[in-house]
Amino acid sequence: MSEAIVKLHYDIDAEDFTTAGEASSGVKKTLTRLGVNHEVIKRVAIAMYEAEINAVIHANGGTADVEITPERVTVIIADNGPGIPDLDQAMTPGWSTATNLVREMGFGAGMGLPNMKRYTDEMYVDSKVGVGTKVTLIVNMNRQGA
Amino acid sequence: MLKVSEIVKILDAEVLTGEENMDLEIYSGCGADLMSDVMAFVKESVILCTGLVNPQVVRTAEMMDIKVLCFVRGKVPGEAVIELAREKGITILATRQPLFICCGLLYSNGIKGRGVWN
Ligand SMILES: Nc1ncnc2c1ncn2[C@@H]1O[C@H](COP(=O)(O)OP(=O)(O)O)[C@@H](O)[C@H]1O
Ligand SMILES: [Mg+2]
Repeated sequence: MSEAIVKLHYDIDAEDFTTAGEASSGVKKTLTRLGVNHEVIKRVAIAMYEAEINAVIHANGGTADVEITPERVTVIIADNGPGIPDLDQAMTPGWSTATNLVREMGFGAGMGLPNMKRYTDEMYVDSKVGVGTKVTLIVNMNRQGA
Repeated sequence: MLKVSEIVKILDAEVLTGEENMDLEIYSGCGADLMSDVMAFVKESVILCTGLVNPQVVRTAEMMDIKVLCFVRGKVPGEAVIELAREKGITILATRQPLFICCGLLYSNGIKGRGVWN
């Protein structure tokens, strides 16, 4: 791939659940076009998609900022939603506050944050109740020890 | 392993899109109605059998490089879902079988691969 740094920005719209995932889809396309390793692309796509879905179902939408360098892909998903009161609890596999409606759409298994952690090399969650949530996802181009 | 063409026969399925992919080889399967559970599962050459027919099923398949979806219980997706799958090169099958029977038939006919949570 080229040595240049690629930056992408997306607005994540929560009006229509059917469009959720378009930002992740766009990033996947760009990474594929740049010739990034297949496993790296898949890990970024899955982690980002979970974060994007969370912004839609828990926070009424937000933004995605992506930076691609020769070393790593960094994805920042930020929202002005309700925030996460207890992060340890939120990170527990299976724990979810999703509504039945969301569950009928196939989300709300409480596996989103654990999946993000699992597929990334680094993950940071900054969340403040009543202010919003910022999730940073980093996947290295060359994964060490995995 | 089963080819998509064999899966179509075994499940008495209809091919909604992806007629050109009948020779694809499928080694492992996943039956789920919760997409995050699907994403907890990493494997290549997977068929995803699900009772959900919304666009997020196709999105999940896209992110996970799942090439074949099978909608169960006679569920029919909207045209937008089929169009999205076509755009992404994802094959969609539809069967009247319920999810449990669908998975059982595929397993007993040779798809033994499973996912791993590592
Ligand atoms: N962006 C967010 N804003 C507010 N709450 C969130 C956000 N992301 C996650 N949460 C909280 O953390 C819980 C667990 O998230 P997750 O593991 O993705 O599971 P799920 O989305 O299936 O509920 C959610 O149910 C929700 O309560
Ligand atoms: Mg989630």
